Amino acid sequence: MSTLVEEIMKGTNEIPVPKYTAKDFSSDQDVRWCPGCGDYSILAQTQRVMPDLGIPKNKMVFVSGIGCSSRFPYYMETYGFHSIHGRATAVASGLKIARPDLSVWVVTGDGDGMSIGGNHFIHLMRRNLDLQVLLFNNQIYGLTKGQYSPTSEMGKVTKSTPYGSVDYPFNPAALALGASATFVARTLDRDPKHMQGIIKRAAEHKGTSFVEIYQNCNVFNDGAFFPFTEKETKDDNVVFIEHGKPLLFGKEKDKGIKLNGFSPEVVSLKDGKNSVNDLLVHNEKDTTLSFILADMTYKPHLPRPVGIFLAIDRPVYEAEMERQIAFAQEKRGIGDFKKLLNSGETWVVQ
Amino acid sequence: MSQKTIENVDEVTIRFAGDSGDGMQLTGTQFTNTTAILGNDLSTLPDYPAEIRAPAGTLFGVSGFQIHFGSTEIHTPGDHCDVLVAMNPAALKVNLSSLILGGSIIVNTDGFNDRNLKLAGYAQNPLKDGSLEKYTVHEVDISKLTALALQDLNISSKFVDRSKNFFALGMMYWMYGRPLETTIEWLKVKFKNKPDILEANTRVLKAGWNFSETTEIFSVRYDVAPAKLTPGRYRNITGNQAVAWGFMAAAKKASMQLFLGSYPITPASDILHELSLYKSHGVKTFQAEDEIAGITSAIGASFGGALGITTTSGPGVALKTEAIGLAVMVELPLVICNVQRGGPSTGLPTKTEQADLLQALYGRNGEAPVPVIAASTPSDCFDATFEACRIALKYMTPVLLLTDGYLANGSEPWLIPDFDKMPDISPKFVTNPEGFMPYARDEATLSRPWAIPGTPGLEHRIGGLEKQNITGNVNYEPDNHDLMIHLRAEKIQRIANDIPLAKVDGEPQGELLVVGWGGTYGAIRTAVERQQKKGNSVSHLHLRYLNPLPKNLGEILSKFKQILVPEINLGQLVKVLRSEFLVPAKGFNRVRGLPFRSVELEKVIEETLKGIK
Repeated sequence: MSTLVEEIMKGTNEIPVPKYTAKDFSSDQDVRWCPGCGDYSILAQTQRVMPDLGIPKNKMVFVSGIGCSSRFPYYMETYGFHSIHGRATAVASGLKIARPDLSVWVVTGDGDGMSIGGNHFIHLMRRNLDLQVLLFNNQIYGLTKGQYSPTSEMGKVTKSTPYGSVDYPFNPAALALGASATFVARTLDRDPKHMQGIIKRAAEHKGTSFVEIYQNCNVFNDGAFFPFTEKETKDDNVVFIEHGKPLLFGKEKDKGIKLNGFSPEVVSLKDGKNSVNDLLVHNEKDTTLSFILADMTYKPHLPRPVGIFLAIDRPVYEAEMERQIAFAQEKRGIGDFKKLLNSGETWVVQ
Repeated sequence: MSQKTIENVDEVTIRFAGDSGDGMQLTGTQFTNTTAILGNDLSTLPDYPAEIRAPAGTLFGVSGFQIHFGSTEIHTPGDHCDVLVAMNPAALKVNLSSLILGGSIIVNTDGFNDRNLKLAGYAQNPLKDGSLEKYTVHEVDISKLTALALQDLNISSKFVDRSKNFFALGMMYWMYGRPLETTIEWLKVKFKNKPDILEANTRVLKAGWNFSETTEIFSVRYDVAPAKLTPGRYRNITGNQAVAWGFMAAAKKASMQLFLGSYPITPASDILHELSLYKSHGVKTFQAEDEIAGITSAIGASFGGALGITTTSGPGVALKTEAIGLAVMVELPLVICNVQRGGPSTGLPTKTEQADLLQALYGRNGEAPVPVIAASTPSDCFDATFEACRIALKYMTPVLLLTDGYLANGSEPWLIPDFDKMPDISPKFVTNPEGFMPYARDEATLSRPWAIPGTPGLEHRIGGLEKQNITGNVNYEPDNHDLMIHLRAEKIQRIANDIPLAKVDGEPQGELLVVGWGGTYGAIRTAVERQQKKGNSVSHLHLRYLNPLPKNLGEILSKFKQILVPEINLGQLVKVLRSEFLVPAKGFNRVRGLPFRSVELEKVIEETLKGIK
């Protein structure tokens, strides 16, 4: 049997990937996010990265759940599926298992991915399907007009927490690591270059790539990430982590992170007590280190880590499934349903 | 060797009962396979507790397996049993009421110790107090005889105790003239790598047979001639296996990949187990993290051009409800199989019920019409499943397939279908980008075109928000919403043009029509046939299509003075019939977690008829 799906999966009729520009990935739909929303930047950076991936756009699928971020697929000139609240990860899992040939992207938010979709999220991380998850974290429910989210800080005053939230927030990067993710990164809506680099690395990673993107909701949670994104404050509050490089930060790169036991601490390179050689050097292959770095999040005395926490190789779910199928077919021959019907204990009535 | 009389009988019902760890399900299944191969028609009813190994000797820990077989057509697992094999007092106590007066009881006397008698709530030993005098009791120390058969083998006493069910099986094989070969062959495969266990079980099985042959304990053995079944090749099949194979057949005939997203749940898990075996057929099974991921992954697979299916039971359907609505909105093919069990909530996980019909028909937010198909017998599960897939693919819609715990675990001989003669149900994927609109509809079926990711030039977006007619763009306009609601409803209604008309068993008009659906088929058919033989004006109509209903249903209903709808719920189909056709249909409702007995249906039929006359 030669069906359309099989032909596409085998790539028999594939043509060379056209030379795309970002514009080729822009659909004919009007973008309906609020003016000034951080989502615009994420959309623009994603569209900018797509042409570099060497994947035909008919092979790309963006799957989302519910929330502001989840409108994303409508604006991408690729295949898209705007599913239901929290379930994009599960929809994408089924799609990727059925169609390993596709480049599948999940777009979700802190409510969609961490709250109602929390269960699917952690299971996707451990299964390690080869797809990308972009989580737009704005620390608020935007589409439902301003309730606190699972990543909102304690004490957050919102419509549903007039006396302040008493919920302790998730740290999405640490949650992903705890669920055995193989690629975990964080980037910022107001740092286009960094975001492009991270999205590209996520696309290249074989396995589930989780990217948390700090995204400003200028209507319901304006400025939540300004300390990490604005020129005046950014340098002192963010440490960009890069594989093989020491953890340096500050306007004049005069501060660094040093390990005291397992605890990171800020040291000055100016007081003569420490040099660059004393600083913690990032290794994105080191799972233990990735936990230590992710755990710096929310610690007021430490800069916020941004970059790739972890990028390791582990067997990919759908590839393992294909391998089992190939093994069974090699060992038993390709299944013949007619034979199966008549196999085992049967008898003839004359 | 003693002289034994051989008696010919048309049909027999045997019930094996013991502790849930006594291997009664296995014993029953072996007896069933051997009986099927001998050419008897049969129907089975496994009846076991939800606990895996309930405390030994207790009433709630009793596991039973009933088989009804004969030389005539068999439609039910039997209202009552003729023979009860009871491994302990609890098994006797729980099952005695289902034994006919004068029936045979075979007891394992070793099980009737003080502790077990007390656990079963017997003040005195029923074997000794004369309370069983209306029955023929055969007392056999099965435990001891099993131990003797194995005494020269170096085998643990725990294992010896566990193999006593094979002694009982050997006795029943002797009593009904069944050969041991089928079970011995099965043991050889099962214990290929454990020769001592193979040897032990084979010995015990033979010991049971020889004991019955040699001793005076049984004076009669019975012969049940093969049934006159439609000629052809048969196999024995359970409902769950038939569902699994129905899905595989549909995928092959659709030239599609089969993707099952499922979460383990009793009594549906065996479908997941069965489909997981067929990797060499390319079947992909995904044991999801929960029911919701089970269905949404299947929707994702359907979006990718696979035949997406999900299998579950009532509580699982409750969790999948929102996703079924999504499939209605995005108009992708999907089959949701609900193996109904006792509810509400966790209810009776291992027992049967028909109380999810209204959930299947209406249990979603918004106007979310879904075709609903119900299987009527274990082997019919194959055809019903195939049909559910055909409709899902042709009409781009989720379809709810209803079976139940009785059908799922029950088995019967199945005339293996001629696969070459089954219809091709391949969907037509769109490949031409020219003028492609995701929600432009086929004029006849109102089905939307299916374009799968990977097809150049057909990039498009779908989702759960309301769609603009034809373009599929997000649209909130009032008139468009009204139009789309009507289009989705009309699409499902038009399936009525594509399904067989309802057929009446018996006269097409008369005093009483008994209308059923699903797993009550056998009991209703048996009851109605017996009433017809008595000369009563009764006919039977069994509905496979619950939505849409067959086009001629209203006309059929109007031809009868009275309509009786027996259901294992509080009256769900009867509600639908009354509201759709304004007919004075009456329900007969018992919700005991067990199939109907045909005698109870006969009684209510007679009472209903008397009411008319």
